[in-house]
Amino acid sequence: MSGNAYQGGANRLPGKGRLTPAKTVRFSFDGRILTGLEGDTLASALIANGIHLMGRSFKYHRPRGVLSAGAEEPNALMQVSRDSARYQPNVRASVQEIFDGLRASSQNRYPSLACDVGAVNDALSPLFSAGFYYKTFMWPRTAWNKLYEPVIRRAAGLGESPKEADPDHYAQRYAHCDVLVVGGGLAGLSAALAAAESGASVIICDEQPEMGGALHFDTSIAVNGETGFDWAQKTAARLAFMDNVRVLTRTTAFGYYAQNFVGLTERVTDHLALPSPDQPRERLWQVRAKRVVLATGAIERHMVFPGNDRPGIMLASAARIFLNHYGVAIGAKVAVYTACDSAYEAAFDLQDAGVRIPVIVEARDRPGGTLLEEARTRGIEVLTRHAIASTKGRLRVSSIAVVPAGASGKGRDIEVDALIISAGWTPSVHLFSQSRGKVAWDAESGRFLPGVNAQDCVSIGACAGTDDPVALVEQAVEAGLDAANGAGSEMSGRPVIDIDHEGSDAGSWSAGLVGAVGAPESGKAFVDFQNDVTAKDIRLAVREGMHSIEHVKRFTTNGMATDQGKTSNMHGLAIAAETLGKPIPQVGLTTFRAPYTPVTFGTIVGQSRGVLFDPARKTPLHACLETNGAVFEDVGQWKRAWYFPRAGETMHAAVSRECRTVREVAGLFDASTLGKIEVVGPDAAAFLNLLYTNAWDKLEPGRCKYGIMLREDGFIYDDGVVGRLAADRFHVTTTTGGAPRVLHHMEDYLQTEFPHLDVWLTSITEQWAVIAVQGPQARDIIAPFVDGIDISDDAMPHMSVREGKICGVPTRLFRMSFTGERGFEINVPADYGQSVFEALWERAEAMDACLYGTEAMHVLRAEKGYIIVGQDTDGTVTPDDAGLSWAVAKKKPDFVGIAGLKRADLQRPDRKQLVGLKTKDPTLVLEEGAQIVADPNEKIPMTMIGHVTSSYWSENCGRSIAMAVVAGGRSRMGETLYVPMPDRTIEVEVTDTVFFDKQGERLNG
Amino acid sequence: MRKYSIFAIAREAMRGHKGWDRQWSSPEPRSSYDVVIVGAGGHGLGTAYYLAKEHGIKNIAVIEKGWLGGGNTGRNTTIIRSNYLYDESAGLYNHALNLWENLSQELNYNVMYSARGVMMLQHNVHDVQSAKRHIHANRLNGIDNEWLEPDAAKAFCPPLNISSSARYPVMGAALQRRGGVARHDAVAWGYARAAADMGVHIIQNCEVTGIRRGANGDVTGVDTARGFIGAKKVGVVAAGHTSVLMDMAGIRMPLESFPLQALVSEPVKPIFPCVVMSNTVHAYISQSDKGELVIGAGTDQYTSYSQTGGLHIIQHTLDAICEMFPIFSRMKMLRSWGGIVDVTPDRSPILAKTPVKGLYVNCGWGTGGFKATPGSAHVFAHTIANDAPHKINEGFTLERFRTGRLIDEAAAAAVAH
Repeated sequence: MSGNAYQGGANRLPGKGRLTPAKTVRFSFDGRILTGLEGDTLASALIANGIHLMGRSFKYHRPRGVLSAGAEEPNALMQVSRDSARYQPNVRASVQEIFDGLRASSQNRYPSLACDVGAVNDALSPLFSAGFYYKTFMWPRTAWNKLYEPVIRRAAGLGESPKEADPDHYAQRYAHCDVLVVGGGLAGLSAALAAAESGASVIICDEQPEMGGALHFDTSIAVNGETGFDWAQKTAARLAFMDNVRVLTRTTAFGYYAQNFVGLTERVTDHLALPSPDQPRERLWQVRAKRVVLATGAIERHMVFPGNDRPGIMLASAARIFLNHYGVAIGAKVAVYTACDSAYEAAFDLQDAGVRIPVIVEARDRPGGTLLEEARTRGIEVLTRHAIASTKGRLRVSSIAVVPAGASGKGRDIEVDALIISAGWTPSVHLFSQSRGKVAWDAESGRFLPGVNAQDCVSIGACAGTDDPVALVEQAVEAGLDAANGAGSEMSGRPVIDIDHEGSDAGSWSAGLVGAVGAPESGKAFVDFQNDVTAKDIRLAVREGMHSIEHVKRFTTNGMATDQGKTSNMHGLAIAAETLGKPIPQVGLTTFRAPYTPVTFGTIVGQSRGVLFDPARKTPLHACLETNGAVFEDVGQWKRAWYFPRAGETMHAAVSRECRTVREVAGLFDASTLGKIEVVGPDAAAFLNLLYTNAWDKLEPGRCKYGIMLREDGFIYDDGVVGRLAADRFHVTTTTGGAPRVLHHMEDYLQTEFPHLDVWLTSITEQWAVIAVQGPQARDIIAPFVDGIDISDDAMPHMSVREGKICGVPTRLFRMSFTGERGFEINVPADYGQSVFEALWERAEAMDACLYGTEAMHVLRAEKGYIIVGQDTDGTVTPDDAGLSWAVAKKKPDFVGIAGLKRADLQRPDRKQLVGLKTKDPTLVLEEGAQIVADPNEKIPMTMIGHVTSSYWSENCGRSIAMAVVAGGRSRMGETLYVPMPDRTIEVEVTDTVFFDKQGERLNG
Repeated sequence: MRKYSIFAIAREAMRGHKGWDRQWSSPEPRSSYDVVIVGAGGHGLGTAYYLAKEHGIKNIAVIEKGWLGGGNTGRNTTIIRSNYLYDESAGLYNHALNLWENLSQELNYNVMYSARGVMMLQHNVHDVQSAKRHIHANRLNGIDNEWLEPDAAKAFCPPLNISSSARYPVMGAALQRRGGVARHDAVAWGYARAAADMGVHIIQNCEVTGIRRGANGDVTGVDTARGFIGAKKVGVVAAGHTSVLMDMAGIRMPLESFPLQALVSEPVKPIFPCVVMSNTVHAYISQSDKGELVIGAGTDQYTSYSQTGGLHIIQHTLDAICEMFPIFSRMKMLRSWGGIVDVTPDRSPILAKTPVKGLYVNCGWGTGGFKATPGSAHVFAHTIANDAPHKINEGFTLERFRTGRLIDEAAAAAVAH
């Protein structure tokens, strides 16, 4: 083959493979421009170009080539980019399809892949035994953080992290189906066809670009008179044409969750040279299926022997895929080392393509059936009961040394330029195990197979241990029909799938678990290639007492690399069991965890980025407030107007002006974010009696009351004004942040504790826009617009509610105040909020009133000593602590929290109680959250008796004001306490919490 | 016990590492012990270690249903910090932090305590108030915790997005420099090795099926998969399964159990220097020495004993991670897993005697028990040995839920206005 000027690489064989020679693709690897063919993976294209050295291992930085041709690849990891922001580390070369302009580079090496200084670790490897780091780097104590860890961290890791924000976007879809078929090989396609032709809705997915699974390499199977691979393509096309079927290629089922919920990730553009900007890079499918059919196949294992990791050594199935699918010969002199019959077919395929097979090293006494004779007939030397003792070749295998099994010595050297290996096949029970199904050890075939199901699923084909293609198709068709039947389909669509199998004898995929049997102790026999775990490491772990397979895994890191042990776990288990002298099932199996293969964060995130990360809630008045210069703050999900600075005004100046104006004239405030719940029904009052500490029976329709809600434990949960609109109808308000959980809390009690009550709860937060008008001129501002409501003090006193019209639209008009001024809260249907606001503001502005935001609101209410739940309370404050014991009905037999309130500690006289604080220096504004002590000279740790909950500059009081919770605070009036700050200690005086208008005259002023 | 050191490794390197001893043995259980600890996680093994080392009690068994360190010890995201608000919590977690600093040397086992700093992000005015309250309280309790403005936070953690156009812009951060991470398996293994060396029996694969009490109501031992094992004192340290075990002794626990998930990314070269937490956008992240981003998710909404959780919880967490660190969008989730956390009504642990004489319980750590491991084990050993709590865990009683004297760390941050 050498010297062949064939398109797409020198090792491409004319007439072999399924790619089109004319369709060439140019890409680069470590800066070198190379040509491959459309449909190539990076691995197949590199091998076609004679490049086997593709990566360096994690720990010893050993040169590595590609081991596999699929998702299980541990070695050939690369950094792949389209442009600087579209960059991806740790990409498996065996999976990444090439496209024009793709840039690939090797990783975890310096300065170059061929010459990596990190390889010094390999020389030092006798020191770097499994878990060595637990035994050293302890002296001196501080050196771990300063010296050892930074060095270890720099040496570890694989590729570089992306450094720029991801410019691509990702999509998400939800889907329901009768049958989800995972895997599009012979079994999966047969099952999907049977189910689909029976009328069931079917989704079938496969991780590869085309359906076919093992038919990619297994050319011995013909279906319905055509090659297996062609049949697979036609079947996939036929399925895709059916209305009840969705065919997803390049789509990996990565996670199997509760109740037949399966996560799939579809790679949409990573194989395209010029993806449309409208296309998502990847798409997450969240599928809920009535039945899941697992046809996930099996993964070939490598042989564990010294020097088994040199570039050019790969799985037999990989060599066969490279040859039969990509038309690439992996070498010119390819030896075989196997304990499994299927490797012979690879050898024969290679030989038929003109590759020399110098030797087949057979670990067993003899292969199955007539393989031995066939090989010898073909002129291939077969050494049974032999092992490979060592290999040579720095950057690619150049020779192997063969010895009789169990023998020592240097053995016979055989020159090769590649070596294919197979220790048998591991059924892919990953998803089955994720579904919480129990795997069972099949002693006869030496493998774990699906055992007891935990969910409505069925495993078929190679993943269920069914190797014979005829039996496999029969099993698959039955599974498909049964799934359709179970989903209620009454049609029967038994498809015709005739198998003609010319291959070797049955059972060829089964080899038992050989571990490292027969491998000499010298040299490095790798079990987990990527993490550089050797057979010796496994044995050492066992020697050190790691007898659970989970301990072995964690101590050696076997199976914890990016391939998650797809090729290594069973070997690790077999070697541990052998060392322990226990049967394999007694050593146990590590848990299979999602995802099956790594999943991009962005795919899982989907559209939840930027503004859609958590959509901001805006009130109906938002745009008006913005027009009027509001600065907004985040309160929960809401954007609330914080303050309204005029040109050149600081926040402090703006807030002071707003506070002053409200008390002198009036102000308008957007109170729409307050939670609103309509509580309706014959038992509405009885329900509120149970949910709030207050009594509601005597509240007349048309009146309002401030209510407090407790948790079961007796601490304040939420508060708000409740208006009674009618005997059976209450308009309940909550805090802004509390709205969702208060409704949840109410529903919880209504449905579980008080189901006998006839009450409906409806969230009406977003149905009403709420404009608070507060200040001495409040009534004058609204009067001209109000229709049908007498708003005089006599007719509508403080704490009342009326229904009528304002500006011609319906309103629930509350007379209430959170500022201590005469005030109204005007509820109008949300869609009218803006126009009502504009009308009111036009008049208010002309009267020199102002708009005020949440900051001024906080100051104004603090001047009056009104609490904010969540600021002055924190979930450890009782109504009495907050000075609100008046709101707790004394005679009610029951309410949520009544028992909690009676607990001894909640009755203690020295509990932290809400008080006012005045700094001795009136210009000093305390920091919220600052701690309070009685003895400023105490040494650290100091006895903290409370903390500042609210603190502001009060323009109206002409000084700073603060609220605080202080132990036994109400009995400390007039006492001097101290607030120790980093730079000084501030003296404060304990006062009551009302700083302004102590008599409350302004409510009607 | 053979001392671990670079010299011991070098010696072993020359003879193929054939000379290493088993780190702990797997002895046949005796018919009875002075103390039986149920649960061989970090807290349980540590308790046995301190009982043997500081209280002279050597006749101890640690009984484990599965494999040691296989519960929450081996499933958490290993964040260590002590900047808690209340005196009781600050005392307990800071005791632990002090022990962390010398734990590798104490156990002669490198637990890789890495004081790389834990930064807690604050995203709104309420967050800031809460963080400042913690910082002031910590300062007066002698615990390091400092305020960082957004620029300083970015300097401390370069991948952080501090753009004011973020959905929840970073308004600042509280940083505890002594906080960090440790290697979770090593903590369990180190305690196991050191305890076994003092004669403690570690009995794995041995489920406790009953807690027996004598005629006077006192504890007499435990029924196990390997038969009855007598004990003068029994300490239950079995996070995720406490309610079930305590029920065997007739004690109903104020606990709810939830699945909690975590995940790691594929490993990459160092990119993330510290630990970052955000309560507001719900994300916890650090980078392991191996290079994986280690990310903690939230609990499921519903109680369950299944050590698995829903994909939507992972989604919510990764949403937050990519929002705060947009460069990680192309990183890949390598492995996700779940554990079961026992949650108390006040989110603080129970480390105490029980109404049953001779029965002690250490539970209720919720999502954050790992950080307390050495401190918890140390004071729990004291409690068992003396039949009375250590001064540090006096407040963490079972009775507090009856009296109302709670230690409500969650409350200070959980109730938004």
